[in-house]
Amino acid sequence: MFAHRVKSFVWQMKESSIWLLVLASVAFCSTSNAIQSPFESSAGLEPKTKIDELVFANLEKLQLEPSNLCSDAVFLRRAFLDVIGTLPTSQEANAFLRNRNPQKRSLLIDQLLEREEFADFWTMKWSDLLRVKAEFPINLWPNAAQAYHRWIRTSIKENKPYDKFVRELLTSSGSNFRTPQVNFYRALPSRDAQGIAQAVALTFMGARAEKWPREQLAGMGELFSQVGYKSTAEWKEEIIFFEPRGTNSSELSPKFTFPNGVAGSVPAERDPREVFADWLINKNNPWFARSFVNRAWSWFLGRGIVHEPDDLRADNPPSNPALLALLETEFVASHYDIKQFFRLILNSKTYQLSSIPKSDDTRSEIHFAHYPLRRLDAEVLIDALNQITGTTEKYSSSIPEPFTFIPEDQRSISLPDGSISSSFLELFGRPSRDTGLESERDNQITAGQRLHLLNSTHIQQKIEQSGFVRNATQSKGKAREMINEVYLAVLSRYPTEQELNIALDQSGKQKRETAVDLIWALVNSAEFLYRH
Amino acid sequence: MNTARSIAENALRRDSSRLLSGIGLPLSRREALRRCVFGTAGLLLADGWGIHALADTPRAKAKTVIQIWMWGGPSHLDTFDPKPDAGYDYCGPLNKAIATNVDGIQIGELLPLLAKQADKYSILRGMTHGNNGHETASYLVQTGRPSGGRDVYPSVGAVTSLLKGYNSGYTGLIPPYVVLSEAQGRFSEAGFLGQRYKPFATGGDPAQTRFVVEGVVSPGISDERQKSRRDLLTKLNTLGAAMKGDASLKALYQSEEQAYDMILGSEGKVFDLSQENSDLRDRYGRNTFGQSCLMARRLVEKGVPYITINYKGWDTHKQHFEIMRRKLPEMDKGLSMLLADLSQRGLLDSTIIWWGGEFGRTPRVQWEAPWNGGRGHHGKVFSSLVAGGGFKGGHVVGASDAKGDEVKERPIYPPDLIASMYELLGIDPNAKLPHPQGLDIRAVPTVGDGVKAAGRLKEIM
Repeated sequence: MFAHRVKSFVWQMKESSIWLLVLASVAFCSTSNAIQSPFESSAGLEPKTKIDELVFANLEKLQLEPSNLCSDAVFLRRAFLDVIGTLPTSQEANAFLRNRNPQKRSLLIDQLLEREEFADFWTMKWSDLLRVKAEFPINLWPNAAQAYHRWIRTSIKENKPYDKFVRELLTSSGSNFRTPQVNFYRALPSRDAQGIAQAVALTFMGARAEKWPREQLAGMGELFSQVGYKSTAEWKEEIIFFEPRGTNSSELSPKFTFPNGVAGSVPAERDPREVFADWLINKNNPWFARSFVNRAWSWFLGRGIVHEPDDLRADNPPSNPALLALLETEFVASHYDIKQFFRLILNSKTYQLSSIPKSDDTRSEIHFAHYPLRRLDAEVLIDALNQITGTTEKYSSSIPEPFTFIPEDQRSISLPDGSISSSFLELFGRPSRDTGLESERDNQITAGQRLHLLNSTHIQQKIEQSGFVRNATQSKGKAREMINEVYLAVLSRYPTEQELNIALDQSGKQKRETAVDLIWALVNSAEFLYRH
Repeated sequence: MNTARSIAENALRRDSSRLLSGIGLPLSRREALRRCVFGTAGLLLADGWGIHALADTPRAKAKTVIQIWMWGGPSHLDTFDPKPDAGYDYCGPLNKAIATNVDGIQIGELLPLLAKQADKYSILRGMTHGNNGHETASYLVQTGRPSGGRDVYPSVGAVTSLLKGYNSGYTGLIPPYVVLSEAQGRFSEAGFLGQRYKPFATGGDPAQTRFVVEGVVSPGISDERQKSRRDLLTKLNTLGAAMKGDASLKALYQSEEQAYDMILGSEGKVFDLSQENSDLRDRYGRNTFGQSCLMARRLVEKGVPYITINYKGWDTHKQHFEIMRRKLPEMDKGLSMLLADLSQRGLLDSTIIWWGGEFGRTPRVQWEAPWNGGRGHHGKVFSSLVAGGGFKGGHVVGASDAKGDEVKERPIYPPDLIASMYELLGIDPNAKLPHPQGLDIRAVPTVGDGVKAAGRLKEIM
């Protein structure tokens, strides 16, 4: 890493004085030799994938230094949280940290992509974007929300190619209960043709159609002007169908304009939604693959190459155009294989950089010179707290009455319906599933959240009920072992010598109080509360 | 993310110091902290929008709203719009109306204490919107907007906390929008304003020996242990030590400092109801609603601009009359005591009390199975009650027909009531709300937005 970086600087500074070069080398020596934190690794930064080549080249051009690679412990925790929305258990952490296989990071990625929680977590993500919610103002009704959620989950579990997934969502007809993907057309803020077009543009083109010229949206809207809705004798059942225009309509076949300006008309007997879907998922479509890869990049790297990740437009340029182009090409070449695409990002050194930046240059984050800190999602946070303490949580829905209560062992990342919630999820910024915007999820910390974590009976009781505390009071094992276990369970790593001493030195406290306060301190630490 | 935040923070810092120097106040660290408690000021000022609402607003009479939200929809016939002559199929066993201390105004027989206070409140008997779904009607009544359409609008409480909160001189550590004790859960109160404008739900039960407000009050943890824990947390902050200066962590530390100001400082003591005279607590009623009313008064004294008491249990499809006999005396006691107490302390003139639910209940009793004596949802006409903060007492506005089925005169639509409250609060109905996509949305919808309106409640203002 060191040699590589110095070489690049030599290249950059060919024309400058030797004096500067010496200065630069000295500066690097002092930083790269100083890896002592449990968060970084001294492994080299030679590009491993094409992604790294493009990211590091861009950083060099901008004279930004990438962070060191993250340590195994950080990688383990990060990969679990990012890929399956789940904290590693202490056993999983221990096994990974002791594993000597040099390929263990990529092996872990492969394992995580096949876990059940992978399907749970990404179904949650898609349910946010598709607004899967019984009521309100989206009103799918509980059994339709459940069916829709199950359909999405099955698609993700089977790794359905993304183009197929989208085409099925856009072109299906049938009952909201029996053909669940038709709920796409029901979970919309607005059901008029342009309202549908706007939601389609946001979801699958990453575009804010309200910023388009009016004709562009109107032209696309024509393709959704024949979506029919009708109810049946069954309570809350609704059929979505292609409604041919009546013979007295002035135009039997709609004249549309694709968002790229190409105009056409649809034969009267053809469902225009299919015409649109085929245009959309064509490999040359300038929005389709781009919007997905940009979103996926933001899910793992904390920020889109185009930012916001769902605001693609000509006057919002990507921070690294070559990188975006590469990702698009790779995704299309893989036949829209989502897992394969995730694997590509996760195995890159760019993804595996430490979160400790080399400078406070604000461009560092925009150009992916380090992994950014992100507060855990509300659902992931409560699941992690439950896992650590061996406790559960109550979830309920007030729709319909009488209220529904969910079995307590349910993990919140697998809740099927946005109307099923808890006060914790509301407090910690779970998206309301009103708009489908990525920004609806608000992970900024507030004083109210901080109060809850530091001082609520809810969290305090969880800690007091945990197995660690029981064992500590029953004098099983030594304090040192307890501390090791707690560190593994909460932070997925062993304590440093210094931390061990601090934890042992809580003089004057009862055993029970020592254990409670240690867990309390660790679950309140930045290291636990943030993805890092 | 960090970049965006640091830009926003810089903008906030710039704007708040500009604002404060404009009104001649120095910006201390603590002040700056308070202004960002629960993050409210940040977004607003960073949007470059901010303070304009203050410029040309009417003079405020009211400082605070106590919203008593009758979750589920209370019967209008059995509370403030009795129809004793409508017969058994309408009245059931509650067929008497009682006189109040205002000539000509009668209310339901289970509200004798409120009958003695009728000079302090006005009854709105012409409330209407015609919607019978809990979610949609709750939304309509509290946002003034019909549901559907692209946006989810913020509730009155969220708008008030936006416009009367940290950027309008409120400096308390208690968040500007508090709900006792659980959020409504029917819709996102904050709407497009985002979760930062959601109410702070206290949790706990004020009728318990100790009102355990989640996060503020932690029974069994002494101040000494709090301090030793905080010390441990700081010492074990290994990641923080490795990345000093990170903007996300700065936000975390800031929120932590605010949290500890609440936990260890004096402001959290507002929730300690044992500081109140025991006799007074009895007179409010030693139940959740009564003690919530007392709690609301204490929050009014702290200057909190919007307090909701989420009073559950009014969706009486079955056993309607049994529930009325049980719950109305409790409501009667708590609400009448709140009126008397606020009035006695000189706070009623600056405090709006808004009582009401999402709709009324069917005037005709559903005697048939499976209801066996219940009342269904009724949005065609229902009653609300307002008091204080510039609303005159002792009046009735609007009327329902002989059986309480439809509006007979002076319909009052939700935006009429909301606009009236805003006027008294000094909120410009045309204040532009910060919308994430920059749409031009004003505090109060107008007929041009496709809502029905029949004018503000000039009769009682």
